[in-house]
Amino acid sequence: MIRLSANPAIDTVIKLVAVAMLMFAFVFVVMVPLYNVLCDALGINGKTNGQAYTSAQSGVDESRTVTIQFVATKNDGMPWAFSPSHTMMEVHPGAVNDTVFLARNPLPKAMVAQAIPSISPARAVEYFHKTECFCFRQQPLDGETSAELPLQFIVDRDLPRDIGTITLSYTIFDVTEMAGAAVVAR
Amino acid sequence: MGDHHHGPAKGLGRWLFTTNHKDIGTMYLWFSFAMFILGGFFAMIIRAELFQPGLQLVEPEFFNQMTTLHGLIMVFGAIMPSFVGLANWLIPMMIGAPDMALPRMNNWSFWILPPTFLLLASTLFMEGGAPQAGWTFYAPLSTTYAGPSVTYFIFCIHVLGLSSIMGSINIIATVMNMRAPGMTYMKMPLFVWTWLITAFLLVAVMPVLAGAVTMMLMDVHFGTSFFSAAGGGDPVLFQHVFWFFGHPEVYIIILPAFGVVSQIIPAFSRKPLFGYDSMVYATASIAFLSFIVWAHHMYTVGMPVAGELFFMYATMLIAVPTGVKVFNWVSTMWRGALTFETPMLFCIGFLILFTIGGFTGLMLSIAPADFQYHDSYFVVAHFHYVMVAGAVFSMTAAIYFWLPKWCGRMYNETMGKTHFWISFIGFNLTFFPQHFVGLAGMPRRIPDYALQFADFNMMSSIGAFIYGASQILFLYNVIATIVAGKPVSDKKVWEGAEGLEWTVATPAPYHTFETPPKIDPAHAHS
Amino acid sequence: MGFKAKRLCKLALGPVLLLMSVIAMAAGGEVSGINMSPGGTTVGREVYDLHMIILIICIVIGVAVFGVMFYSIFYHRKSRGVTPATFHESTKVEIAWTVVPFVILVAMAVPATKTLLQIYNNDDAELDVLVTGYQWKWKYEYLNKSGENVSFFSNLRTPQSEIHNSESKGEYYLLEVDEPLVLPVDTKVRFLLTANDVIHSWWVPSLAVKRDAIPGFINEVWTKANEIGIYRGQCAELCGRNHGFMPIVVNVVSKEDYAKWFSQKQSEAAQIKELMAQTFTLDQLMERGKVVYDSNCLACHGANGEGGVGKPIAGSAVATGDIGHHLDIGINGVPGTAMQAFGGQLNDVDMAAVITYQRNAFGNNMGDTIQPIDVYNHKKG
Repeated sequence: MIRLSANPAIDTVIKLVAVAMLMFAFVFVVMVPLYNVLCDALGINGKTNGQAYTSAQSGVDESRTVTIQFVATKNDGMPWAFSPSHTMMEVHPGAVNDTVFLARNPLPKAMVAQAIPSISPARAVEYFHKTECFCFRQQPLDGETSAELPLQFIVDRDLPRDIGTITLSYTIFDVTEMAGAAVVAR
Repeated sequence: MGDHHHGPAKGLGRWLFTTNHKDIGTMYLWFSFAMFILGGFFAMIIRAELFQPGLQLVEPEFFNQMTTLHGLIMVFGAIMPSFVGLANWLIPMMIGAPDMALPRMNNWSFWILPPTFLLLASTLFMEGGAPQAGWTFYAPLSTTYAGPSVTYFIFCIHVLGLSSIMGSINIIATVMNMRAPGMTYMKMPLFVWTWLITAFLLVAVMPVLAGAVTMMLMDVHFGTSFFSAAGGGDPVLFQHVFWFFGHPEVYIIILPAFGVVSQIIPAFSRKPLFGYDSMVYATASIAFLSFIVWAHHMYTVGMPVAGELFFMYATMLIAVPTGVKVFNWVSTMWRGALTFETPMLFCIGFLILFTIGGFTGLMLSIAPADFQYHDSYFVVAHFHYVMVAGAVFSMTAAIYFWLPKWCGRMYNETMGKTHFWISFIGFNLTFFPQHFVGLAGMPRRIPDYALQFADFNMMSSIGAFIYGASQILFLYNVIATIVAGKPVSDKKVWEGAEGLEWTVATPAPYHTFETPPKIDPAHAHS
Repeated sequence: MGFKAKRLCKLALGPVLLLMSVIAMAAGGEVSGINMSPGGTTVGREVYDLHMIILIICIVIGVAVFGVMFYSIFYHRKSRGVTPATFHESTKVEIAWTVVPFVILVAMAVPATKTLLQIYNNDDAELDVLVTGYQWKWKYEYLNKSGENVSFFSNLRTPQSEIHNSESKGEYYLLEVDEPLVLPVDTKVRFLLTANDVIHSWWVPSLAVKRDAIPGFINEVWTKANEIGIYRGQCAELCGRNHGFMPIVVNVVSKEDYAKWFSQKQSEAAQIKELMAQTFTLDQLMERGKVVYDSNCLACHGANGEGGVGKPIAGSAVATGDIGHHLDIGINGVPGTAMQAFGGQLNDVDMAAVITYQRNAFGNNMGDTIQPIDVYNHKKG
């Protein structure tokens, strides 16, 4: 053992204070990032990563169809109208599919929203690729206007055969305050 | 560090500036008892409201403040400081040290506690009331949806954590550096061992709790989104961080209790502790396992099945070392020469009731069954069996056991036994029926309930009042002993007691072991 | 001393025997109100069996351990003149009581794993229901395979007068809602769970379902009720003031009845659309408004509009002021307060009715009305 002080008690104290400080840092530099990595890897909470999928699929698997359910939820205090244009889609794995979500800001002021995706079952997360999604960034909307929010996705050809239905849920949050004036002004 | 050869200073200054481990231990014990009464008072309000269905006494938001403060005060204000107090009094005497390694830090770690709890209790009178998200304060109820008191609450948790960490560092430094010559690790009394392991747990996890509340603070005031989905965070992350602290915390509370029981049962069995080595190893394995089972508190959050299975198996494993401990205690009693003074009665009470709590703990570890038990009164019953019958009963036993040594006066045995029986009956009447209502579907933390739960809740409330009242008897007995108890002068107050603390004069002088005692190398651990 | 100790031991035995016998009673019959119920599902039965196996194993071990202990307490007393033994370890015994519990645990892990995997198998559901937790009510949305989803809120129906003890409590006190979730029997139903504000937990013991509803994310869980009947439950995760007042009622009906109910709900939705074009009289709106008020507003604003968690409505500036502003608060809520945006929770007819009601009840005497079409127009901007 390295001695950090001639006084053995002080030596113990220094080491233990270091341990305590490391454990405090551990929360921020290990636990939080590790949790996010695990979420991505295991699909915890059906969380998907925020990046567009860029790889290509080797053709379309016409032999089977997968049902995609769309669900829209508004978080507390979010006054927008927000709903999928189709509640359900039948798609082939490997094919590129497009749909839109409809949003309307009924208030007379500009607002910014952030949609948070969540996929169920969690096992399906790694096989559901979004090539374009309104959830990748915050969505500003002027007062009393509507918008079609686009979503483009591919279901992976390797999706396990026993998964017949994938539910994609978006919860929309009011982040006007968080986004600050810059985005509103845009 | 002052002059060692005088007695205590006079007046208030003695207590404010003392660096004497016995004085500080005494202050910790009185403070924790005061908190026990306060937290108990909140429990009485809860049980009074739940006496019958309907809202009678308090409004739901106040009820939630009561459950939250009851939990926080009992865990952080009553149980933890009481064992720190016991450690202060006993560890130097048990290992033959003149005092704690860091006497001045010892003073600070105590004196930051009372103002902190005063602040925490004062949140009751703030606008929006005291914290009301439960002692587990899950986000976002405790962040986005909390009142202004959350900031004070976070500050309080930080200070409590600091106090615990300082106390633990002191204990570790004392045990590692201040043992009398010949007092090897495997000769230390089990109470010292369990506290050493507990102190390491505290140093490891209190900073994690500090991290959790720091993230809350940043979410509330500085616009981060650790626990809010809107900014890319996740409320479930809070639960993971909290329980990464919270599960070891449960063992922080119970391990010193194991230590106390391991001192007292041999004394009244007049027979050495059975399986000392395995006790040490079992304690260490429980401490290790406590770091890899946290998510069994969160089976219902929707973890992947692989995670559920891992945490289920790991949790079930804890039954093995815990079982070893219970078997060892029973074997210690086996073929001893037993007597049943008050400390022993409380230890036997501990043994029975803690084992029941352990069984329900095992049941709770089974994930599919836990989907039914989770957040029901079954859980409330379970953790009160381990917290109250485990920690509080053993603490009570410890007071009766060592009080004569501390003050040189014997408590009233009849009153002590009466206290035990009233406590034992009151406790079981309170918490045993809670298993039933939990299994029948009553969720925890509700101020009002469906009619089918009425009978058992009334029983439970009556039991709680009985248990609460029995503590007044306890308080009276302790004060009467200190003021006018029958003087005792035997060094060994109890016939079967073993250990260095029983080799000093009774009452224990203000300074003990200023020259290290001689440890008989052949002498087994006590 | 001897006499005393003997008496003490007997006294100690009493409560323990009592506890044991109570457990045994619970174990023997499925006594309601004292033990877990197997409920109305196959999984629930399995969970119940698992619970009983563990309970019985615990009782057996407990009887053995406490038996040894009480034997000791009786026969190894100092007052009987025994000399204490001096043994303090036995490697053989210690290994035995480490290994045997381990083996028992492994044996218990097997059925537990099997049941857990089954609970996690969400495939092949015939019906999907989105359950959203709100402070403090549940919203159910049937994810329809064709056509529009059917959705509604489910509020506590128990009146405040029962909660505050001014009226005697009904049989299903706190476990009754204005509109239950209706499910077909013998059908695998998948629940998708999420929350609007804080974490809630959807728990119906007799359906063996408990899963957290987390804001921003969805969880899934399933059930398949084998028996027609009414299943009751409650929110299980502390979610604020009225956590104890957001029950769950599931009405499991035959498949035919379900189909009937579902098409009725659909036509009701159509009817609402029709009603929206109509103009109602003040009396009609007041009648409907009272019902809406009692289940949506009363908990916070009081039975007589006297206020509580929420501001008073009787004589308030809003309810006796500009009608457009009043409607706006009803639809969009007041951000940063407990006043939610009800625009997404109440249909336009109910919204019109309840605003009208608030303006003409509790001594407010505005005499004006809001029509469904006004609500519709306000929402569209």
